[in-house]
Amino acid sequence: MARPVFEIEGLHIDYTTESGVLPAVRDVSLAVHEHESFGLVGESGSGKSTLAMGAIRYLASNGRVTEGSVRLNGVELLGLPGKELRELWGSRIGVVYQSPLSALNPSIVIGRQLAEVARQHLGLDRAAAFARVAEMLTKVAMPDPEAVMKRYPHQLSGGMLQRCVIAMVLMTHPSLLIMDEPTTALDVTTQAVVLDLVADLKREFDSAILYITHDLGVITKICDRVGVMYAGEFMEQADLRELFKRPRHPYTLDLLGCVPRFDPTPQKRSLVTIPGAIPRVDELPHGCIFAPRCKFVEDACRAARPPLAEVAARHLSACRRWQDVPLPAAYLREATEAMSAPEMERGRHEVLAAAAAAEVHFKSAKGLIRGRTARPIRAVDGVDLQVRVGQTLGVVGESGSGKTTVARAIIGLTPATGGTITLHGKPLPRSTGKRPRATLREIQMVFQNPDASLNPTRSVGDAIMRPLTLLGGLGHQIAKGKAKDLLEAVSLPVSYFDRLPHELSGGEKQRVAIARAFAAEPGLILCDEPISSLDVSVQGSLMNLLMKLQVEKCTSYVFISHDLSAVQHLSDAIAVVYLGHVMEIGEAVLVLTPPLHPYTEALLSAVPLADPDVKQKPIRLGGSVPSAMDVPPGCRFHPRCPRFLGDICREQEPPWREGEGDHRVYCHIPLDELARLQVETLVLAGEERGA
Amino acid sequence: MTDPIVAEEEALSGIPAQTPIDRPRTWRVYWRRLKKRPAALVGTIVFCVFLFLAVFGTWVAPYDYQAQDAKARLDAPSLSHPFGTDQFGRDVFSRIIVGSRNIFLIGGFGTLVAVVIGTAIGLASGYVGGASDEVVMRLLDVLLSFPSLLLALVLLSTVGPSNLNLVFVVAILYIPMVARVVRSMVLDLKNKEFVEAARVRGEKRSYILFREILPNSLPPLLVEASMRFSYSIFLVASLGYLGLGVQPPSPDWGLQINDARNFLQVAPWTLLVPACTIAVLVVSTNLMSDGLRQVMLPGGGRN
Repeated sequence: MARPVFEIEGLHIDYTTESGVLPAVRDVSLAVHEHESFGLVGESGSGKSTLAMGAIRYLASNGRVTEGSVRLNGVELLGLPGKELRELWGSRIGVVYQSPLSALNPSIVIGRQLAEVARQHLGLDRAAAFARVAEMLTKVAMPDPEAVMKRYPHQLSGGMLQRCVIAMVLMTHPSLLIMDEPTTALDVTTQAVVLDLVADLKREFDSAILYITHDLGVITKICDRVGVMYAGEFMEQADLRELFKRPRHPYTLDLLGCVPRFDPTPQKRSLVTIPGAIPRVDELPHGCIFAPRCKFVEDACRAARPPLAEVAARHLSACRRWQDVPLPAAYLREATEAMSAPEMERGRHEVLAAAAAAEVHFKSAKGLIRGRTARPIRAVDGVDLQVRVGQTLGVVGESGSGKTTVARAIIGLTPATGGTITLHGKPLPRSTGKRPRATLREIQMVFQNPDASLNPTRSVGDAIMRPLTLLGGLGHQIAKGKAKDLLEAVSLPVSYFDRLPHELSGGEKQRVAIARAFAAEPGLILCDEPISSLDVSVQGSLMNLLMKLQVEKCTSYVFISHDLSAVQHLSDAIAVVYLGHVMEIGEAVLVLTPPLHPYTEALLSAVPLADPDVKQKPIRLGGSVPSAMDVPPGCRFHPRCPRFLGDICREQEPPWREGEGDHRVYCHIPLDELARLQVETLVLAGEERGA
Repeated sequence: MTDPIVAEEEALSGIPAQTPIDRPRTWRVYWRRLKKRPAALVGTIVFCVFLFLAVFGTWVAPYDYQAQDAKARLDAPSLSHPFGTDQFGRDVFSRIIVGSRNIFLIGGFGTLVAVVIGTAIGLASGYVGGASDEVVMRLLDVLLSFPSLLLALVLLSTVGPSNLNLVFVVAILYIPMVARVVRSMVLDLKNKEFVEAARVRGEKRSYILFREILPNSLPPLLVEASMRFSYSIFLVASLGYLGLGVQPPSPDWGLQINDARNFLQVAPWTLLVPACTIAVLVVSTNLMSDGLRQVMLPGGGRN
């Protein structure tokens, strides 16, 4: 039996604020063993980071641990004098944060920076410290460690930086490793590589890992035990598989239901939603703190707060009705509904908008003194795609693939420099300024950042009314009425009409942005990562909203996201984009099952799916997306392609291989060959797992 | 470690606003934050006292500021003349009170004109961008490269000292500074999504500038205006002292200092009182604008 490395018992953490004392974390206990990783999940504001940082006494100056006990290797941390604590922080406890760039000093080269840790905490001399750094960088699978040590942080990609930070933290062989959303800022493909690394290191080092994340998919990749937090308390704690297969708390059940399952069928279903929001910790309800949002609530739940009790072996739940919590599969069938309405079938195949050989090339700045030859940045480089009436076209790709620029070219915010954009078959002027009002009305956009997409000085009602009066030509009174209808359509109370954006949460702002887009009664809405900055539960309800409005108004969407699970959940067709070019496009089912293009395949095997039983192929892409100034010749994906053939990929542009319907794949390998390779890798993957 | 106030706001902002509590409006938030900063609060109060004196000075002052009293020349501070009297036997206290009006009128209007014109230049130049922006900004840089007092002296000695000319000199000196602040705001805002949403709607340029961008530039603009105002007090007083500002017999503070130079040995209060008054008003205006920056700008204006 492994020994517990890190134990927290009955921990309470308060924040002192002007409005009084906020009990941010209340009576929390957990234990992490060696070689084990404990996942902390929950929506934002649930107190995950406060718990982890409070336990090692690394809090903001107004935070205070008021009660409880925290032991690292049996040593009590809470009474420890500051000097001893600081010694522990660097050597026995390591923390990896979300942003690697801010964890490293930008003006010191990687090698010196990491060596500093070795000299400080391990007492090594200069040469030995550098040798140790090289050794650690090799351990985190860094290609060419010697070269990396001579680089400055800004010269490395996000994934490489995060590996450097992990190497730095592991240098002293810490007993406890706290990872606070370490992959959230990374691309899916890079995330997969870092997650693999953490899983490997867990086996190699005997550190205990406390892993904080909001992403249930990531949890399944690395955690052994999971604690679900809600408003500062644990709702449930269990081993990974048990938690996903037999959750004993309605909150866990709902969280699992918010995440789209990977199941590409033409039949769309809604997601589970969690009504309401996390309560403020100073306004907690009397009984069970989840009761106001719970679908299994009874009067008795509101009377007294149920304790976190053991309901099965190694399984704790804070629900008094834990026996009545259904199995996830049964619950999902009941709590979700089919979304496509039959009348949508009519007119499905008509193309609404299309891009033909669309190009967006930016001029790059010339050198000031002696002109370095200015190569254009080829952000979008010959994209062909079609959006059909009432359908959703999902656009996926890593960051830097040009997916956002494609959308901006369609709507005219970033005018295309080549090719044509058509609407109803007619070519459009390239920039918004030159498009007639009727065209402007037809295409609307929902932006990624909800905080910037609404004018902070104008009320919600104002924001929604403006397109109604400007593009719809409605009078003030009629527009006001319609704006209120739209608020209802996006499930916001009409009382929000006079609110200012800063009085709304992120999800609510995005709902207003959606209402504003629909106010123009457009045929096409471009959604640029509209949900990626939001909590899982909010993501789920926004996806439901988008689907509902699409069925009601027969609007087409272009849904841009790096999140393949969200894209497959919403889309009828999918375009996979790499470095400004479409790699594969077609009906969602055809693109994803099985994935034919090697890039689609790699993306799909990198997505962390929130199901511990799904087997994914171990395909990992090396490196990162090349600069759009140096697009590789031949097939632009060839330097990273796992199915690289040889000279033909390096020298010749691949042909479009036509599949079923309008399914097209941009690859040198013929389709039937690609399909056969799929089966082989699946078998290989199975064997590897069996071994 | 994180700043406790910021940490607290983060802790609170993690919690969505769906609860039906009435969230305070922006201005009330500013006021609440201002109350927590005693220096800024004192500055604001002192500033408001001066503003009150500037408006109602003639009624508040115990004596007529021009009334001479031959029997009480250069009297030391006493109960009847709290700040003493000057060489003509005029009550210094009353002259200080009434003199504040000039400072506020010239400094205030000068700043106002600078803000209006500077904002117009900054908005247009920042939004249009490109070569014209470059030309306008370099011209303003040229204007900025002169020492301000020198430039003011040159201008005033050309057009002659008068209250109206003073206003214009203050305005000309401060237009470039205001324009730069506004332009930087425009550059920041013009690529924000809500401005792009307006472009996608086909809004006119003027609508985008005045309805979408300008309202969001107001907080930094207000901070800049209050800073400009405090510098303009300096400038007007300096010009008055040098004889190119407000002309006698007006009770200008700078003028009073100049008059009092000759009596420094016998009646130091005639010099000290106006000098200290200028200092108090400038410091309190600075404290206020600092406070405004902390409460109105994101991150408290720490860069």
